[in-house]
Amino acid sequence: MSREMTKAAQPSAAARGGAPERAAADGAEPRLVFGRAWDYAPAPEAADHVTIAPRYDLFIGGAWRAPRSGKYFDTINPATESKLSEVAEANAADVDDAVRAARAAYESTWSKMKASERAKYIFRIARAIQEKARELAIVESMDGGKPIKESRDVDVPLAAAHFFYHAGWADKLDYAFHGRTARPLGVAGQIIPWNFPLLMAAWKIAPALACGNTVVLKPAETTPLSALLLARIIEEAELPPGVVNIVTGAGETGAALAAHPGVDKVAFTGSTEIGKRIQKALAGTKKRLTLELGGKAANIVFADAPIDQAVEGIVGGIYFNQGHVCCAGSRLLVEESVHDVIVRKLKDRVATLRVGDPLDKNTDVGAINSKMQLDKIKQLVDAGAAEGAERYSAPCALPEKGYWFPPTFFTGASQSSRIAREEIFGPVLTVLTFRTPDEALEKANNTMYGLSAGIWTDKGAKIFWMAERLKAGVVWGNTYNKFDPSSPFGGYKESGFGREGGRQGLSAYVELDG
Amino acid sequence: MTVAPHSPNDLARAGGAAAAPPRASFLPLFLTPPPPVDAVAVEERVAALAKRSIKKQAKVAGLRLAVAMMDLTTLEGKDTPGKVRALCNKALRPLEGDPSIGPCAAICVYPNHVSTARRALEGSGVKVASVATAFPSGQSPLAVKLDDVRRAVDFGADEIDMVIDRGAMLAGDYGKVFDEIAKTKEACGAAHLKVILETGELGSYDVVRKASEIGIAAGGDFIKTSTGKVQPAATPAVTLVMLEAIRDHYYATGRKIGMKPAGGVRTAKQSLHYLVLVKETLGDAWLTPDLFRFGASALLNDVLMQLEKERTGNYQAAEDFSKD
Repeated sequence: MSREMTKAAQPSAAARGGAPERAAADGAEPRLVFGRAWDYAPAPEAADHVTIAPRYDLFIGGAWRAPRSGKYFDTINPATESKLSEVAEANAADVDDAVRAARAAYESTWSKMKASERAKYIFRIARAIQEKARELAIVESMDGGKPIKESRDVDVPLAAAHFFYHAGWADKLDYAFHGRTARPLGVAGQIIPWNFPLLMAAWKIAPALACGNTVVLKPAETTPLSALLLARIIEEAELPPGVVNIVTGAGETGAALAAHPGVDKVAFTGSTEIGKRIQKALAGTKKRLTLELGGKAANIVFADAPIDQAVEGIVGGIYFNQGHVCCAGSRLLVEESVHDVIVRKLKDRVATLRVGDPLDKNTDVGAINSKMQLDKIKQLVDAGAAEGAERYSAPCALPEKGYWFPPTFFTGASQSSRIAREEIFGPVLTVLTFRTPDEALEKANNTMYGLSAGIWTDKGAKIFWMAERLKAGVVWGNTYNKFDPSSPFGGYKESGFGREGGRQGLSAYVELDG
Repeated sequence: MTVAPHSPNDLARAGGAAAAPPRASFLPLFLTPPPPVDAVAVEERVAALAKRSIKKQAKVAGLRLAVAMMDLTTLEGKDTPGKVRALCNKALRPLEGDPSIGPCAAICVYPNHVSTARRALEGSGVKVASVATAFPSGQSPLAVKLDDVRRAVDFGADEIDMVIDRGAMLAGDYGKVFDEIAKTKEACGAAHLKVILETGELGSYDVVRKASEIGIAAGGDFIKTSTGKVQPAATPAVTLVMLEAIRDHYYATGRKIGMKPAGGVRTAKQSLHYLVLVKETLGDAWLTPDLFRFGASALLNDVLMQLEKERTGNYQAAEDFSKD
């Protein structure tokens, strides 16, 4: 094809209504501009109909009780640093009360109740969560900093789905465990993290109740409010007193709960460090234990992947919930031949992320959950830069008050750098490269964690080949961060053990006879 | 144009050479076939962007922009000079009593009505677009199609909306598809070329993506989803796939290709969803009638109704807006 012919196929600059890009002519990369040509107006979710009480007590034995400790602690809005409420701090004596109430409820009613009756209560909780979805979503975003679109579209609907799903199992456990009889364990002590406060409460409470156990749940100290609203729902659903008890507090409260001799099963979701401590404390006891801990998931993109959709998956994988996700795709492994194009697209995509007010319906990335977490993120990001990786952060303005960190990724990091090995638990991605599927696999598995992984390729066979060999509890193919109550979730290695969701999740809350 | 490219690689070289001198950094893009498209993820992304909350001044600004981006269209066997003149008046002054709204970007008609539209719009800046190339099926000999184009241009069309040969596309004869577009572009002369892919007949996003790249490489100034005669016509998902092809071409060459969803965009709310897709895929530079158009007929009145609602606080009856 000659120059003349191709020229004919081109419109003149005038016909296109503009001069040809100078950028292309002088060799610089043409850049897209994501500016303010058409700005979205603020679209705040109205919060005026939501009432947060100035003070919350403990929910023990079906009643709201002041803590024996006499102490309360503040819970704040991480987007504004303003105090939302104060919450009781349960000490060992309060925990003891809660465990006794749970034991009494277990012995007197819950374990003796017909399973189909038990199911009705759980269905009732599920429906009430749907009815109060808006209030729950707003409080979740205010207390934890996550964007309202996530609490509204993910956290709350999934929490309701978990109760619905497990309500269905309550009188069908014989079918979950063929030919065997499933008996409840007794009292479950459950400790949950601050990243998905309501959803984690649902993951823990729903299967425990469905299997006939009673519960003492401790929410995280920075995000206690949605669990306390859930306690109200449970109260309104008229569950027998003591079947679910909510004790708020920090690490000491959790330690007291895990160590309490009246607890038959401990379920913990949180950091690997605390998980190890709990496992040590429980060694040699009769208690059953499941741990869902940290992660450093590999999100693996092959050159034959649907690239634009993979970029969406990368962004969703790491920036969803500010990266406060144990299964976040925080290590991006890209085939070297598409590294540059993916990084370029990632830069443009990150530039469109809207960081700010969690209650704005158009916010994509909200506030960092706490000052402590923000400091940890900053420390690891500094370490990444010090180790020579190249940092890119979204060019977004951050609010002055509150805890914020811009969506960030590192290129040029090595497999051995801290940002490639340690869980950052923030909106920070580390980009690494590989050359062959074998190398991708080796690098993906080269971690102490094993919670999740993602694979992006147009070839189904490659997805299966990789998924069989990845040492990760959840492997997503051409998607990321998909959750469903019927799908078991849990880790390998230092990401913990035990599964939540599905039939596998039920087995953590039953003793099997026969 | 004598050499018809027959593989994606040939095609890529043709388009690449046309756009800019080859540079090492963009060669790899053209040496590989178009990336596959994951249907589930595309639809998910589009659904997520449908949840953008566009209120108050953003809504008003978006809707005003949508009016200015509109190719007001009538493509019917029963079209008459009277109907076309009425539509031209509507394009010039969409809302009686508020000259700050509009005008629309263009009127889109069959070749026989180009002269009428030309006279009605003379000096206004509103463009006359004509469908051509044996619209809507494109199932005629190339000579006939090119003649169709030349005559429309002679009648005074500023823009030509051509249809690709979907039969050739689905039969894998990409060279034929490319050649016809390139020759149509030649026949257009100074007129702008919009290449209609008729995505409703292409069957998958992968084929849409491939057809987009052919349309761009062969010289289209715009790529356009549909004729409006086939269902489904424009969808947000198919539009996103095409915007992504435009983005990759821009990355590789710096050349900005326009996009026109046509058919099926009926409500103000839908039009804002499309603008969100443009804003968050291609950015500020494409938020202009030079690079984004809506092909529509029913859309305008719904947009006007919403604009009046924003202005007055009340919804007016449908009868309050002229139906031209």
